[in-house]
Amino acid sequence: MAEKITNNDIVQEENLVYKKTDLLTDKSLSYCPGCGHGTAHRLVMEVIEELNAQEETIGIAPVGCSVLAYEFMDIDMQQAAHGRAPALATAIKRLYPEKYVFTYQGDGDLAAIGTAETIHACNRGENITIIFVNNGIYGMTGGQMAPTTLPGMKSSTSPYGRDVETMGSPLKMTELVAQLPGTYFVSRQAVHTPSAVRKAKKAIKKAFENQKLKKGLSFVEIVSNCNSGWKMTPNQSNKWMVDNMFPYYPLGDIKVPEE
Amino acid sequence: MAKVKGSIVVDIEKCKGCEVCMPACPQDVIRLAEEVNGKGYHYAHMANPDACIGCANCAIVCPDGVITVYRKKVDA
Amino acid sequence: MKELRLMKGNEAISEAAIRAGVDGYFGYPITPQSEVLEYLMLEKPEERTGMVVLQAESEIAAINMVYAGAGAGKMVMTSSSSPGISLKQEGITYIAGAELPCMILNVVRGGPGLGTIQPAQSDYFQAVKGGGHGDYKLIVLAPASVQEMYDFVELSFDLAFKYRNPVMILSDGAIGQMMEKVEIGEQKVRLTDAQVKEKCPWATTGKDANRERNIITSLDLDSNKQELFNQKLQAKYKEVEANEVRYEEMETEDAEYIFVAYGTSARICQKSIELARAKGIKVGLLRPITLFPFPSKRLMELSKQVKGMLSVEMSAGQMIEDVKLAVECNIPVEHFGRMGGIIPSPGEVVEALEQKFL
Repeated sequence: MAEKITNNDIVQEENLVYKKTDLLTDKSLSYCPGCGHGTAHRLVMEVIEELNAQEETIGIAPVGCSVLAYEFMDIDMQQAAHGRAPALATAIKRLYPEKYVFTYQGDGDLAAIGTAETIHACNRGENITIIFVNNGIYGMTGGQMAPTTLPGMKSSTSPYGRDVETMGSPLKMTELVAQLPGTYFVSRQAVHTPSAVRKAKKAIKKAFENQKLKKGLSFVEIVSNCNSGWKMTPNQSNKWMVDNMFPYYPLGDIKVPEE
Repeated sequence: MAKVKGSIVVDIEKCKGCEVCMPACPQDVIRLAEEVNGKGYHYAHMANPDACIGCANCAIVCPDGVITVYRKKVDA
Repeated sequence: MKELRLMKGNEAISEAAIRAGVDGYFGYPITPQSEVLEYLMLEKPEERTGMVVLQAESEIAAINMVYAGAGAGKMVMTSSSSPGISLKQEGITYIAGAELPCMILNVVRGGPGLGTIQPAQSDYFQAVKGGGHGDYKLIVLAPASVQEMYDFVELSFDLAFKYRNPVMILSDGAIGQMMEKVEIGEQKVRLTDAQVKEKCPWATTGKDANRERNIITSLDLDSNKQELFNQKLQAKYKEVEANEVRYEEMETEDAEYIFVAYGTSARICQKSIELARAKGIKVGLLRPITLFPFPSKRLMELSKQVKGMLSVEMSAGQMIEDVKLAVECNIPVEHFGRMGGIIPSPGEVVEALEQKFL
């Protein structure tokens, strides 16, 4: 019978299984408790670390909850005007074709005010990666209706629920950009469970690796929660997301390059 | 027979007590502490440390990246 | 042997950009400046120098491409005309707020709204007083010839990088469209990425192990820091005012009256001086070359010598406000201008001078 193993025996460098990547700064994230943004940030940084590409990557932060992404990602970054991130990424990639260039945008930024920049960057087939975090709401400004807000879903500007007759239907940007010849890889993922995180990371990694192929734009949507905006606990919001968001925004690859 | 024992270290001051790690844990190891951290959050901790297998599920869903995971093979 | 070419003002800008070693042009078609983009596309600058030329989906996208290119340390520019420049204001204030160097060409047409495609100078306020939101200024150059369109490209980038500030060339539809003889400069070699990294240690060129990450942003949620930043900007503008005022004078030595005019209006005033002097009216011209910084000091000096100044502008009278501020009520300052795309004749200008002062 072996001696009883203590916690101290386990917590040793040689037994390390998982720790936060060094490419995330030590700054406390500005997101609400339980918000999927933090996980999405981490996955992007883990991928850049695995690609050994800290020096070769330039990121674009949007306007919205992730406006301060540059505070947390230890890479060179630019903060874009609302919705313009794909235009910024376009220019940087054209001027530095060998760098990895990505945008990190929310649904208000990408699917409302930045629709033109998004569609045209996709249509030109810019060799960039777009990470699109869709939580169906404007989080930063206090829970207003977004283009992605579900039918009937309440928000501070659709207090009686989104009425599709007067407010339109949720915009499926990801399906939309998948139609464009300029997109090379389009996928929709989530980060609410361990298996979802693993799949999301695979998609994000592919979306970065694709940049070297120079075959067009890689677009990864991450359907996420906004527990503050939805007025739920984090775990409730993740369940609500599974029950309500996923039927409208089904997970999985939407456009996969032919092998 | 070899078996694995795990452990997690939570960065208490950065934990926001969101509880997302709790349903991710297959061994039901994690609970929120009675105490609060400097920000006033009840932080995650191992309520049942002996059951931890170091699978890292908690850490990979942690939005704030506050969980570090260790795992050691031990003799049964 | 100097190389001379007959070119449109808009074409001169494009050729100058290629020759100055500009790294990127991002634009969108609008009359009367579309030749800038057309010339660049025809010239294949990607083959001549490696310069990137991209027709964006909108003026908004184009200026944000410029913001990004500038943030990455490259020499980048855009061009447009008045309605398009209005669209670009968002990007311009971000560029000013992030202290980035770039060049923006405005080939002004008549407004407001869609206005007309004929030349005007009615964007003066927009150019020199900020244009977008927040307390910021552009360095504004006003060419009065096709040669100056050419020469000011390199000057713009020198100033832009010296002060890390956007520079606007405020031209108009007449100078953009007219053809004149231009002396062409030598082809400069574009900087390598390594040279850019060295020249712009603040730029997002990729974080290497030797430095902290570079962040290009205009955001600071801490009001105390934001105020400090604003004070820094204001100090920079003071430095620009102290060092970079440029103007040209004609026949001011014995002048009793002064035309103050820039760009196309200054060209007209040259002829007006001839006409007026033939009538015995001693009039001279002060032509601001930089609209910001404005030649206020020189105007103040002249105000002690002359009896009055006539601000001649193709607008309802915008620059006149700066002339008045400069002379501090020492002498009467009057305005003469035509609007909506009408270019005044030299005779009209002399008539206005006589009517207002004699």
